[in-house]
Amino acid sequence: MEKTWNNKAWFMVLPVLLLVAFSAVIPLMTVVNYSVQDTFGNNQFFWAGTEWFTEILQSERFHSALIRNLIFSFIILAIEIPLGIIIALNMPRKGLGVPVCLVLMALPLLIPWNVVGTIWQVFGRVDIGLLGHTLESLGINYNYVQNPLHAWFTVILMDVWHWTSLVVLLCYAGLVSIPDAFYQAAKIDGASRWAVFRYIQLPKMNRVLLIAVLLRFMDSFMIYTEPFVVTGGGPGNSTTFLSIDLVKIAIGQFDLGPAAAMSIVYFLIILLLSWVFYTVMTNYDAER
Amino acid sequence: MARIDLNHIRHAYGPNPKSDKDYALREVHHSWEDGGAYALLGPSGCGKTTLLNIISGLIHPSHGQLLFNGQDVTNLSTQERNIAQVFQFPVIYDTMTVYDNLAFPLRNRGVPEAEIDRKVRETLDMIDLASWTNKKARGLTADQKQKISLGRGLVRSDVNAILFDEPLTVIDPHMKWVLRSQLKQLHQRFGYTMVYVTHDQTEALTFAQKVVVMYDGEIVQIGTPEELFERPKHTFVGYFIGSPGMNVMPVQLAGDTAQVGSHTINLPAPATPAGAKKLELGIRPEYVRLGRQGMPVTIAKVEDIGRHKIVRTKLENQDIAVIVAEGEDIPAEPHIAFDPKGINIYADSWRVGGN
Amino acid sequence: MLELRNVSKVVGGKTHLDNISLELQHATLNVLLGPTLSGKTSLMRIMAGLDVPTSGSIWFDGKNVTGVPVQKRSVAMVYQQFINYPAFTVYENIASPMRVAGADKATIDREVRKAAELLKLTPYLDRTPLSLSGGQQQRTALARAIVKNAKLVLLDEPLANLDYKLREELRQELPKIFAEAGTIFVYATTEPHEALLLGGNTATLSEGRITQFGPTIDVFRKPDDLITAQTFADPPLNTIALAKIGKAFQLEGGVAMPVPSNLGDITDGTYTVGFQPHHVGTSRRNADEIALRAIVTATEITGSESFVHLSFADARWTMLTHGIHIYTPDEVIDIFIDPHNLMIFDANGNSVTRRQKLAA
Repeated sequence: MEKTWNNKAWFMVLPVLLLVAFSAVIPLMTVVNYSVQDTFGNNQFFWAGTEWFTEILQSERFHSALIRNLIFSFIILAIEIPLGIIIALNMPRKGLGVPVCLVLMALPLLIPWNVVGTIWQVFGRVDIGLLGHTLESLGINYNYVQNPLHAWFTVILMDVWHWTSLVVLLCYAGLVSIPDAFYQAAKIDGASRWAVFRYIQLPKMNRVLLIAVLLRFMDSFMIYTEPFVVTGGGPGNSTTFLSIDLVKIAIGQFDLGPAAAMSIVYFLIILLLSWVFYTVMTNYDAER
Repeated sequence: MARIDLNHIRHAYGPNPKSDKDYALREVHHSWEDGGAYALLGPSGCGKTTLLNIISGLIHPSHGQLLFNGQDVTNLSTQERNIAQVFQFPVIYDTMTVYDNLAFPLRNRGVPEAEIDRKVRETLDMIDLASWTNKKARGLTADQKQKISLGRGLVRSDVNAILFDEPLTVIDPHMKWVLRSQLKQLHQRFGYTMVYVTHDQTEALTFAQKVVVMYDGEIVQIGTPEELFERPKHTFVGYFIGSPGMNVMPVQLAGDTAQVGSHTINLPAPATPAGAKKLELGIRPEYVRLGRQGMPVTIAKVEDIGRHKIVRTKLENQDIAVIVAEGEDIPAEPHIAFDPKGINIYADSWRVGGN
Repeated sequence: MLELRNVSKVVGGKTHLDNISLELQHATLNVLLGPTLSGKTSLMRIMAGLDVPTSGSIWFDGKNVTGVPVQKRSVAMVYQQFINYPAFTVYENIASPMRVAGADKATIDREVRKAAELLKLTPYLDRTPLSLSGGQQQRTALARAIVKNAKLVLLDEPLANLDYKLREELRQELPKIFAEAGTIFVYATTEPHEALLLGGNTATLSEGRITQFGPTIDVFRKPDDLITAQTFADPPLNTIALAKIGKAFQLEGGVAMPVPSNLGDITDGTYTVGFQPHHVGTSRRNADEIALRAIVTATEITGSESFVHLSFADARWTMLTHGIHIYTPDEVIDIFIDPHNLMIFDANGNSVTRRQKLAA
């Protein structure tokens, strides 16, 4: 076979390769390096083998943070996905309302994460926060600093406020791509609102929904900044999710080895779960 | 099935229409028979889709009334009008099986499951998809999907009319033939009232008993395919129907003769239009004979399209297309003659005389 | 000359193009005719240099250009969708390829006005494409392809999204434009009728293979094999499988038709007999004609012609006759076919009629 190769293409992708190397591969290798060694500073390293991994995998603390995080992600998905779909379905399709709605929806996404945390920290305070004050005056003894349930409620509410827009925007993009003829045909067939959703809108949205679920899962599973700002992981360890725990081990206790091993395990769990979501959803899609 | 009456229907998309120009659809006032097959034919922007959407209820006309079997349905919704529609691009519920697609409109209306089963199987036989009953609809070819769209209409016994909006656009030429003849057979066997929108004259003429030719928001002529071919009321109909369209040339009239350039042509009947600004003679390429006698022409081009040849000739400065049968020779000194049967006379573009 | 040597394209285990060899000369119009997914677009992408073939090579004027990307070839393309720069005027749209090539102002102006005149766009030069009709938008795209003065112009179903009458007009103008340009034109279409109107040469495609290539009217009249004959027939080719025994083609249960005298020496066996719908008549035109009895299933009338759908044994046929003939469904009628118009294909689908003519 005769084939001419054009090697110039490699020059084009070189900047990206370098960027990826510096931003991902090299830090990752450092982490791997730390995870199998023990260090006391001064650049002295001792081989530790799989010791840190065994320690992390058997640690009660890791298990509870993992379960906490899984529950959190599950609740987030269970609220944000249906809510996002409902909002997207009710957004206008044409006219002046479209840009207004889109801008309103995009607003929470534009706010820096630690600012979101700060907003909610203030918002939830009983003395000066609107939310806290309102709940208080309704007779609820609201206190996210001391009551774990209230802390969870606040963190979840904050995440829903912050991220449902993303689901809305993705679903909206899926919805507007459905040709008018489908709605007309459904009208002619006498389909109910539910049937239109079930047989036209949902099937046409399932690709963007897959992306929404994956993004929201990965993000919520890695959540750090907002709960750190609002609750700092407390009260007790009740809102200490994996990433907060990780930072505590690495920075707070300076246990670099276990922290590195934990990051790798953490990374693998995210990868595994994302893969599971992806295969389940695409297979379901193919079957239908 | 129903008779459709269009009572002085006009439609403008913008608010406050003033002149005729503001109307996408000017005055349409006609009655379409129960069980008839009608085609709305015209170029894009002629108002044919607007008219179809008024019938289906997707558009509310600015003026006028729409009646189904004498009952005013102008203010009824699409659902309440009980119509079926096949769109340009196949609309199917692709998560459902072929069977469920057909059952869907019946289930939505709460028809008992036994009745649904009977109707669906009957319809699947009609549209020739019985062997695909339990297949997922998404894996089907474009023509099969169009048949499912049609089937969802046929399955209902309460349908007033079946509307088609350029349904063969995405179908390959060979399948077009098959689908068209199946549609024709369905119409002949079951007598549905059908309205078919297209810009393709072959589709319109072969499908319909009556073709409604539209141009610039108006109906120019309603007639059988034969009428439109033999006696186009307007030069636009002559041009738009037929491939190539009618030859139209300026003439001077004198009693029962017409003067084309320096040639005199005998007319089948004298035409005496009063006060017309523009007089024209129209003759279809099928009625122009190429031979050794008649008016001398030069040949600009010969297109051999297999079953016949299209010969582009020039009579003095006038382009005239001639159709010559397969196997017939083109003479060295070509002359053309007009078959009196095919002569039409137009005054200001409207037909005033001829055969 | 553009030459494809044994070009194949396999994507993900699926063969899109299967061993295609083709030679296209300068100043010719070449039609690629085949149904959807027969490989027309894949072939054009390879000709353009947008794709590299899995195997085989592409030569242009004696030079191997197989891996040369599209930017380095002299290629213009027009698609089914109307692709123009929406923010530019028609003038700027047409001028764009020459601006890229760095032509001087006077040349650009001259060429743009020439192309606009040719495609009847002169009154619209200051408008933007989206304010024009579909036909005018596609003319703009065509004009841009022409001023580029490319050595190869590829048109992928350029008229498919236009109204029937507009297609007819543009189709009549295109061959003139092609004749003036002197480049290699390749035109993909699904419609046999369009191929015939354009003339030039036609390559028929089926499932990624070129089944025949030659002057359009020859391919239509003398197809090499059954697939070509079927691809190049509109209405569809009438066919029936028959057993040749001695002097007759037979069907189970009786004689169907005599073997035409010029084909008397072919061996006995199963053959597929094919004939074009316009070769079927309702009256006998000469003594040799074969008479058959068929059942009418539907009649379609175009005003000047009638398409009568027939069933004969298991076969579904179409008859295209001049004049208006109305039959009721299930009516039994006599039909006549001139044996000289029969195409006989052997068990492998190869044309026996054609082979006979070649031998003679």
